[in-house]
Amino acid sequence: MRKALLAVVAAALLLMPTVLFANGQSDEKVIKIGFNIPLTGDSPKVGEGTKFAAEIIKEQINGEGGLEVGGEKYMLDFIYVDNELKAESAVSAAYKLIEQDQVLAIVGPDTSSRAIPAGQVANDNRTPLISPWSTNPNTTLDRPFVFRACFLDPFQAPVAVKFADSEFGVEKAAIMYNLEDDYSKTLAGLFKDSWEAINGPGSVVAFESYGQKDQDFSVQLTKIAASDAELLYLPSFYNKVAMIVPQAKDLGWDKPVMGSDSWGSADLVKLSEGAVKGYYFTTHYAAAGAKGATKEFIDTYNAKYGYVPDDVGALSFDAVNIVLQAIQDAGLTGDLKADRVAIKDAMTAITSYPGITGNMTFTPEGDPIKDAVVVKVNDAGEFEFVANLQP
Amino acid sequence: MFSTLLQNLFNALQWGSFYSMIALGYCLVYGVLRLINFAHGDIFMMACYFAFFIASWFLGNLAGMPGPIIFGLTMILTMVATSGLGLFIERVAYRPLRKKGAHRLYVVITALMLGFILENGNLAVLGASSRRFPDMFGKIVFQFAGVSLTNYKIIVIVTAVLAFALLNLIVNSTKIGMAMRAVSYDKFAIPLMGIPLNRIITFTFILGSSLAAVAGILFGMSYPVLDPYMGMIIGWKAFIAAVVGGIGDIKGAFLGGFILGFIEIIVVAFFPSSYKDLIAFVILLVILSVKPTGFFGVAKSTKI
Repeated sequence: MRKALLAVVAAALLLMPTVLFANGQSDEKVIKIGFNIPLTGDSPKVGEGTKFAAEIIKEQINGEGGLEVGGEKYMLDFIYVDNELKAESAVSAAYKLIEQDQVLAIVGPDTSSRAIPAGQVANDNRTPLISPWSTNPNTTLDRPFVFRACFLDPFQAPVAVKFADSEFGVEKAAIMYNLEDDYSKTLAGLFKDSWEAINGPGSVVAFESYGQKDQDFSVQLTKIAASDAELLYLPSFYNKVAMIVPQAKDLGWDKPVMGSDSWGSADLVKLSEGAVKGYYFTTHYAAAGAKGATKEFIDTYNAKYGYVPDDVGALSFDAVNIVLQAIQDAGLTGDLKADRVAIKDAMTAITSYPGITGNMTFTPEGDPIKDAVVVKVNDAGEFEFVANLQP
Repeated sequence: MFSTLLQNLFNALQWGSFYSMIALGYCLVYGVLRLINFAHGDIFMMACYFAFFIASWFLGNLAGMPGPIIFGLTMILTMVATSGLGLFIERVAYRPLRKKGAHRLYVVITALMLGFILENGNLAVLGASSRRFPDMFGKIVFQFAGVSLTNYKIIVIVTAVLAFALLNLIVNSTKIGMAMRAVSYDKFAIPLMGIPLNRIITFTFILGSSLAAVAGILFGMSYPVLDPYMGMIIGWKAFIAAVVGGIGDIKGAFLGGFILGFIEIIVVAFFPSSYKDLIAFVILLVILSVKPTGFFGVAKSTKI
């Protein structure tokens, strides 16, 4: 009895790959796209955003009978591989997608520490890869096969300066940043440079720092409040913002504050108990007050999954659509290697793409030229669209 | 310039108040048991969370009650809850070791481990996301001579001074205080005099934990974003402050906390914030090398 059972199981195991393989082969008109995303680990929400956005696209296109490439309809097959938010898993996921699953292109990893090593694998194996959310310059640097759907870290500081200049018309700014965080430090430095380029040297009247574990910011804020600064730039993560802003108000700061895309968490308003209302920050997209295709995406997503998609979801939606657009532009020959190169060339050749996170074109490095969005935290605590800007 | 100086003076008084209140807790337990209770910073963290849940419950269920009453009730219940935690730790971790006559090193290591258990237990139960401490009553900002003060800031400073005064009174002018000092003097002779050793130790833990509770509530009100690791660094620094003041002497712990608070604030006022700990601890090191027993410490063992 036991032996018979074992035999059945063994037979099943032996047959399984053939069955799966046969399934893959039986329908010839399939476009396979791989997703290298964190579905477990520290931030599964990030991978979930990408997967849900992709599912929306897949259902819509497959519902219409498939994607039309060169007069023929192809069904979409999306393969989601979990990278657990680990660099080594992201590398093995990339290998699996390229060699075993034989995908045409890869979407993800979302975050830079995973996208940089996985991008190397994709580039070495001549497979196009697009990261929805990786803002680090190194992800695409010298890698013709690697693209991204979001702007780079250094991009938003000049945008913030430009916005502040036109919105508030002030000349003196104060900056407060996290000394132990590269992101915050880089943005603070760039903001200072751009601000002084417009308003002259010495127009940044306070340039204060704090440490990752600090809880009391009174001295720095005392200095800032006592200076003649008319604006505070705060490129900090939302939990620090929630501590700093109320303390600043206690010390008599009543002028505007601007932030960066690290403000964009649903927890920002909750943790600061509304102290950030009326302030502005730069980010990738704004859910409240969205129009057209963006609104359509948000509504579909919200209806299906029960929450408003965040930056990653929206950027993933664009990333997948850019890949599909490139496939349509390039056409398919059936030769996987040639098709991958053709898709890469088609992505580089995209001159204008109307994404839900703004219009974009690609530089030869694979980085999009697109608008940053300035949002305002409105009285309801929502992130409301204010302006589309380029530096 | 003068107003900035004055503002920083108040900033330092507030920040030092927290170090002082936590340092007093270290000092009490050390004075009586000769035990460095490294879990104290995390007891303080737990007090913040107790206060968070108690205050949230009151605000949710007794809406309409005046803020100061909710504040008072929260204070009392948090003190009870934190004392319970302190006593529980004493019972399950320190007392068995003491009974077996374990070396002090093992007790200190146990305390350190307990701190990690509290932090990670909290992380496991409540998750990693930060929590916002509720406002129990409105924050009022007073402005005078270019200085901004909030009613919270004033309450913190006044409470720290009152807590110290009360503790000083208990330790120096009551019978149980006398017993505490006696235990500190000679733990082995005391039971022979008919003084119930364990009851004194229990009382000491209640006092220390209650102080952590007071500090926890006020900290939550002043810096209202809570996370499970918030007590670690401030606890260690308060311990150093207690040593500089002369550990075992409550005047020393109180003063040490304010000294550390002032040094940190002054350093940040003139240097980049990354120099804060560097300069602050170099100064403390120099103080200790000149006076190894701290400001109020005495070489004899008549501490507390």
